[in-house]
Amino acid sequence: MNLSGKKVIVLGERDGVQGTALTECIKAAGAEIVLNINQCFV
Amino acid sequence: MQFPVIKAVSYALAHTPDLVVYGSKPERELRKNPELMQQISEHLRSFEQACAYPPHQVFIGSLPPESLWDIPRPWWQSTQNGSARFGSFGEFMPETEFYGLLRIADDFDLVQLEENFLQSARQRLLEHPLFGEEDVARLGSGLPISVIETRVANEGALPLRQNGRTVGCVVKGHEEDPVLRANFLLENLACKASGVLALRRLFEQTGGHGTPASTVDYVINSGEEAVGDRYQRGAGNLAKAMAELSGCVNSTGSDVKAFCCGPIHSIVIAAGLIQGGIFENVVVVGGGALAKLGMKFRGHLSKAQPILEDVLASFAILVGRHDDTNPSIRLDAIGKHDVRYGGSAQAIAEALIAAPLEKLGLRISDIDKYAVELHDPEITESAGSGNIPQFNYRTIASLAAIRGQWLREEIKDFERRHGLPGFSPTQGHVPSAVPYLGHARECMLRGELKTAMFIGKGSLFLGKMTNLSDGMSFVLEAPAKSVVNQV
Repeated sequence: MNLSGKKVIVLGERDGVQGTALTECIKAAGAEIVLNINQCFV
Repeated sequence: MQFPVIKAVSYALAHTPDLVVYGSKPERELRKNPELMQQISEHLRSFEQACAYPPHQVFIGSLPPESLWDIPRPWWQSTQNGSARFGSFGEFMPETEFYGLLRIADDFDLVQLEENFLQSARQRLLEHPLFGEEDVARLGSGLPISVIETRVANEGALPLRQNGRTVGCVVKGHEEDPVLRANFLLENLACKASGVLALRRLFEQTGGHGTPASTVDYVINSGEEAVGDRYQRGAGNLAKAMAELSGCVNSTGSDVKAFCCGPIHSIVIAAGLIQGGIFENVVVVGGGALAKLGMKFRGHLSKAQPILEDVLASFAILVGRHDDTNPSIRLDAIGKHDVRYGGSAQAIAEALIAAPLEKLGLRISDIDKYAVELHDPEITESAGSGNIPQFNYRTIASLAAIRGQWLREEIKDFERRHGLPGFSPTQGHVPSAVPYLGHARECMLRGELKTAMFIGKGSLFLGKMTNLSDGMSFVLEAPAKSVVNQV
């Protein structure tokens, strides 16, 4: 996947996929992370 | 090598439907839309309904967790368990008694009860097996309702209500200090009072077996409430405040903060203090979280179900020197989520589960039971948050499959074979694996369980100081003298 030139908002979850992990994947695909937020739904 | 043991575990629930409006979410929503009050009031449970709720019966030890697999959902409609208030681990306390306990836990005349209500609370507490004349003497004599209404109307006091009627108030602790506002003081007193209830239950179990409260050296409070004033918000120390009211006269203590993961950190620290020879008996306690009451109420209202977050939950765990009769904590295989692991689900699971098991030469499937975040799914699913324990079991099974220790096509079966249904109220640090500790200990004493792993997780990122989460785990091992090991 090529996300070059895209700006991405990352919404992670503690018991799911966390924002830091999503960020690494999306950066590797070439996108710019403009916001990285983790949530805890409990 | 011999390791410290879990000598006793207690749990308590206090039914506080009239405090739901002081939970963080309801309080914020009511400020925006006061008309919600009517809807909230109509969806609160009676004492009998809440006491009969099967997950609550599991929490206090009247039912095994696995029984929930067989009880049809929705559990809130279940009345099959009657309303047994006392279980083998603790109790389900009614609101009147808990308001009285708030007053007993208050050294600064912050909780002020209406005189007739106070007499009712006094009578009930005198009939309670854990409270006596010395305790009820702390209740005082109460105030006329007119005085309480004036304090609420003009002096920044927070009303304590019951069935829509004002029966008392909590006053502020300082004219200018925002940290000593009445709502924060109620939050901290609710934690202290519920923690004391669990501690007294614990010593009721242990007192006749050679470990009365006076033999405890140190108390660790693992809860998340922030006690302090404007100069040291969150500095603590609730542990010593709880110890004072629980007969721990030879103890001091401290608060360990690690978000929801606090209890597991605390148990490991307690075991380390004992293993190092510093102390003989250490208690880990966690009080109830007022802020979490009614957290998912929007989802519950949308599904026309009662508001299920209407209880304050607490626990107390006595950790002691190694003996041959109690389950031990394997300090040679503590799992921890180090900074370097980052945030991927696989890396976290490897750090908390696979790495410590490798030290013991065990496979993931060798552990009989895994206790994870044990949130009651009936609370979370209707609010769109899913089944938290089930999600965690899928992650563990997936890791096992990656490592060739579990069949990929049997990942869904892992939950029933090595997991548990969620049964804990969503009380912050309370659901974090420790609700199973009492059940696991009992099963090990009966020879029905050899090993259990307890895994806690904490959402550090909520405090805006790091993007990291946290986690810690330990393995509990059955005593050598359990029935299964004698066979």
